Amino acid sequence: MSSASVTAELDAVLGDATARLAAAPDLETITALDAEFLGKKSAVTVAKKQLGQLDPSDRKAAGQAINAARAALEQAVADARERLAVGARQAQYESERLDLTERLGAVRRGSLHLNTQARDRLEDVFVSMGFTVAEGPEVETAWYNFEALNIPDWHPARGSFDTIFVNLGEPEQVMLRSHTSPVQIRTMENTAPPIYIVAPGRTFRTDTADATHLPAFNQIEGLVVDRGITLGDLHGTIEAFVHAFFGGEVKTRLRPSYFPFTEPSAEFDISREDGSWLELGGCGMVHPKVLRNCGIDPEEWQGFAFGFGIDRLAVMRYELDDIRELVNNDVRFLRQF
Amino acid sequence: MKVTLSWLREFAPDIDGDPVVLSETLSALGLAVEGMDVVGEIVDGVVLAKVLDLRPHPDADKIQLVDVDQGDGQPLQVCCGAFNMQVGDLIPFATIGTVMPNGMEIAQREMRGQTSNGMCCSGAEIGLNGDTDGIMILNDRVVDGAALGQPLATAIGLQPDILWDLEVNANRPDALSVAGVARDLAAALGVDFRFPDYEITTTEEPVEGLLDITIDDPTLCGRFVATVLRNVTVAESPAWMQERLIQLGMRPINSIVDISNYVMLELGQPNHTFDLGTIPNGTLVVRRARDGETLVTLDDVERSLVSNDGVICDQFGAIVSLAGVMGGATTEISESTTDVLLEMAWWDPPSISRTVKRLNLPSEASTRFRRGADYGDNIPRAMKRFVQLAAEHGVTAVTGMVDVAGQTPDRAPVPVRVERINGLLGTSLSSDEMVALIEPIGFECTTVSEHTIDVVIPTWRWDTTTETDIAEEVGRMFGYMNIERTVPKGENAGGLSQYQKDRRLVRDVLIGAGCDETLPMPFLAPGDLAKAGLPEDGVTLTNPLHAEESVLRTSLLPGQLKAIAYNQSHRNPDVRFFEIDHVFLPADEGSPLPDEREYLAVALAGEEAPAAVAVLDALDRALALPNLQLRSDRPPGLHPTRTAEVVVAGRSRGHVGEVDPVVLEAYGVHGRVAWLELDLGGLLDGPHGSRRYTPVSKFPSSDIDLAFVLAGTVAASQVEASLRKGGGELLVGLELFDVYRGPGVDEGSRSLTYRLRFQAKDRTLTDDELGAVRQSCIDQVAAKTGASLRS
Repeated sequence: MSSASVTAELDAVLGDATARLAAAPDLETITALDAEFLGKKSAVTVAKKQLGQLDPSDRKAAGQAINAARAALEQAVADARERLAVGARQAQYESERLDLTERLGAVRRGSLHLNTQARDRLEDVFVSMGFTVAEGPEVETAWYNFEALNIPDWHPARGSFDTIFVNLGEPEQVMLRSHTSPVQIRTMENTAPPIYIVAPGRTFRTDTADATHLPAFNQIEGLVVDRGITLGDLHGTIEAFVHAFFGGEVKTRLRPSYFPFTEPSAEFDISREDGSWLELGGCGMVHPKVLRNCGIDPEEWQGFAFGFGIDRLAVMRYELDDIRELVNNDVRFLRQF
Repeated sequence: MKVTLSWLREFAPDIDGDPVVLSETLSALGLAVEGMDVVGEIVDGVVLAKVLDLRPHPDADKIQLVDVDQGDGQPLQVCCGAFNMQVGDLIPFATIGTVMPNGMEIAQREMRGQTSNGMCCSGAEIGLNGDTDGIMILNDRVVDGAALGQPLATAIGLQPDILWDLEVNANRPDALSVAGVARDLAAALGVDFRFPDYEITTTEEPVEGLLDITIDDPTLCGRFVATVLRNVTVAESPAWMQERLIQLGMRPINSIVDISNYVMLELGQPNHTFDLGTIPNGTLVVRRARDGETLVTLDDVERSLVSNDGVICDQFGAIVSLAGVMGGATTEISESTTDVLLEMAWWDPPSISRTVKRLNLPSEASTRFRRGADYGDNIPRAMKRFVQLAAEHGVTAVTGMVDVAGQTPDRAPVPVRVERINGLLGTSLSSDEMVALIEPIGFECTTVSEHTIDVVIPTWRWDTTTETDIAEEVGRMFGYMNIERTVPKGENAGGLSQYQKDRRLVRDVLIGAGCDETLPMPFLAPGDLAKAGLPEDGVTLTNPLHAEESVLRTSLLPGQLKAIAYNQSHRNPDVRFFEIDHVFLPADEGSPLPDEREYLAVALAGEEAPAAVAVLDALDRALALPNLQLRSDRPPGLHPTRTAEVVVAGRSRGHVGEVDPVVLEAYGVHGRVAWLELDLGGLLDGPHGSRRYTPVSKFPSSDIDLAFVLAGTVAASQVEASLRKGGGELLVGLELFDVYRGPGVDEGSRSLTYRLRFQAKDRTLTDDELGAVRQSCIDQVAAKTGASLRS
């Protein structure tokens, strides 16, 4: 025997093994072939054991041939296994195929009510401008709704509020608040200046619900009380808010107006795209009597207040044709937003 | 308040300019322009024509044939549906080719075989005010030198005019008059304003001896001016006056009523006429009514009076007028009236306001009194104006007026600090500049120093009394838009309160759970609460517009059930809703207000109680509620065997479960409704949100499954509590993963299978330790609940 004959034999074995492994249909066959070609009785193992019988000058070459053959056989077995594994994985993938456009029982996220969305956006803008958010009750006494706000019982402005009264206490002394301004009073009574608050909330009026009116609607009120606050500060604050909320291109306008609880008073308008003006709300410098009613010295502190409707903003933003959609709670409406 | 440019110019002839710019000026003065119209324009082609002949249409009853002269002297035949003209009448005539204001083009037409060559017009058809029945007859309206065929506007001297509709605020009584608006506008434009000098002639007869006026209550009546008019006849007002009254929104009635209204609109002074013959000795007494007195007002309604009401009485104490509000029936002018007592007064605004409100008798006159009419020279001026206009109808006035004074507002100068005004407005005006701004609107200023101005407030600005009020006038005349805009910087950071942040978190959790936010109105109908099984103790409204909106809710349940029923009726049966809003519980003892709270409701239509508990669990995790427990409870309105009380840190915070099927039926809701209602305010004000760090163990854990057979009356939560107790700190995980009822388990009982995970912080648990803690768990459950391990 010589190294050449060993090499020839192993080449033949390798050829045979490669062909049979390539054709092996399953893992069992590969395991059997693994034992046959690399096991104790395999040609490479036998050849290795017989190495000592060779002429010493031949041993090195024969040894190298045997090792090369074993390495090649091991690689062939590993390749065969990999080939099967890839195929099996592929088959598994195919068997697991899903159509992701079948949406049975999909979980849908709910919707926040448009009023809440509008209110949150307003709160966020004012918070970024240094305001906190105050809240108050929807049922109020005449003191908070009227008297503290410099609207005595005979005042013609009282009639213009179309107040809804509540059967508690003396007649017309307890009511559904007709504006959010009572929160001003409650805040000033309980907080020392400086005060920077907004007060969003529901307000009421004896209106029959129709496409543009609701007896219960939402307003937001702003109040600033600090040293040296001016009408210019009021306009500047409204302008900053309008730019943040509606966009930098929207202009603001203040027009003299009248509210018993502010002096000077104004209406504020914002510009529309066509150049016309939209009346947004009322504002003014807090009336000295109102400050005094809350125990604040009007010589030391000055303030401004402003207020406007929230529902209207939602109506404008989404061009709603009927404001009653906001209280109908129809899912076909709610889920649009 | 409506005003026309031509009328304003009677007080300030130099008011001029683009009407759109004038509108902006008015708005900037606080006289918001709600509407602007061009009036008195007549379309081209309408000419003055004369009726030459009238004859019946041979084949039609509803129209007649008219021959008109349209200026060429030739009879021109038209067919006309009106029958109010007579031969010789002057009329507006639309010639062939005229495009009428309504867009119709006049063409030659055949009407039942007769040719019509134009159209005789009514006032309305050519855009003039006036009645629509019949052709407008112009015999008395044409100007001197008018000729047939002339454009109609020329023939009747009509000038196009601008009509503004202004929103006048409650503090501007002066602007409820043409003169007052003209005063403001003239000042803003920098042009002259003056009252015309009303020249009147009077008879020799002096007023003294004819009238005897006494003011008993000077706090009610600040000034009472009266005179006597004789030879009063009631006629039709001249066309120009009727036209102006109509333009300003008033209906012409007769000469006396029209003059009364005209003077009120022009000068802002309401006035009243009494039939002098009905007032014995011309004696009037002004006083407050006594409770229980009555008066039949001139609308023939008997009014019961109270002590606040101001009244005017005759010498015998009989009430003849409700001061400033409405005259009495007995002294009203009639056809037979010849002598009139003309009265103009100033009434205390709060007194008038209370009477108007109590009797619900608003009027143009009382609106002016309520806001504070002019108590100064305007009263005699308006008297003269009335007399002057009445003279046109042959009415004569006696010489002089009776002028009795009561109590009018204090006119002491108001000291005004220049720095204070600038400090309020954000301006840096000098005292001279301030004076120059407000003197043209009647504020009399004396500059004391460069820091102080003494200001006397005009008699027509009753509502204006203080330095701050004057600051508004300075700002108004300076122009709000000319004030520099600044943004104040507070020292504190803005932000939401913890409560407000938590409320937003709760909303996020619920939206994540697939719930849509609803916001029903807070009103209920009577019976809604009872229908929901709840006590009918909701606060009721005094003046609801609709009965179905007359009760304030004490629970969010009725509103949610209505919302579900609404959606079910629109084929959306399985809605998931939530609501966070106020409820109004009965007032606590001694509190003037209801116990108002913010509640949270979750309503899951078509789902069972565990779905609501799952939502509660999600909230529990989000808010880290301390020791959330469910206790069995049977609250009204909810399913008696599928409801639990929600207890957090030992405080009851609401209920979770299902709505009572009886209630669902009453509201027309189909299927089940899983329900959660919490006192969110109480919950979020209570302890929550505290989370502590426990180091994650590095040692392996072991899971053990235990199944217990449990009687139906025992709560699973008790088993869990026992397992936790038995497991001690080694029990790091506990999950119920199977509930079984059926064969192999006694009727009424169920099997609960829990997976328990045990783990120590400092070692790997041995089999012996695991066996011991497992047994401890089983023993605890057996001891506390009587449940046995399922074999």
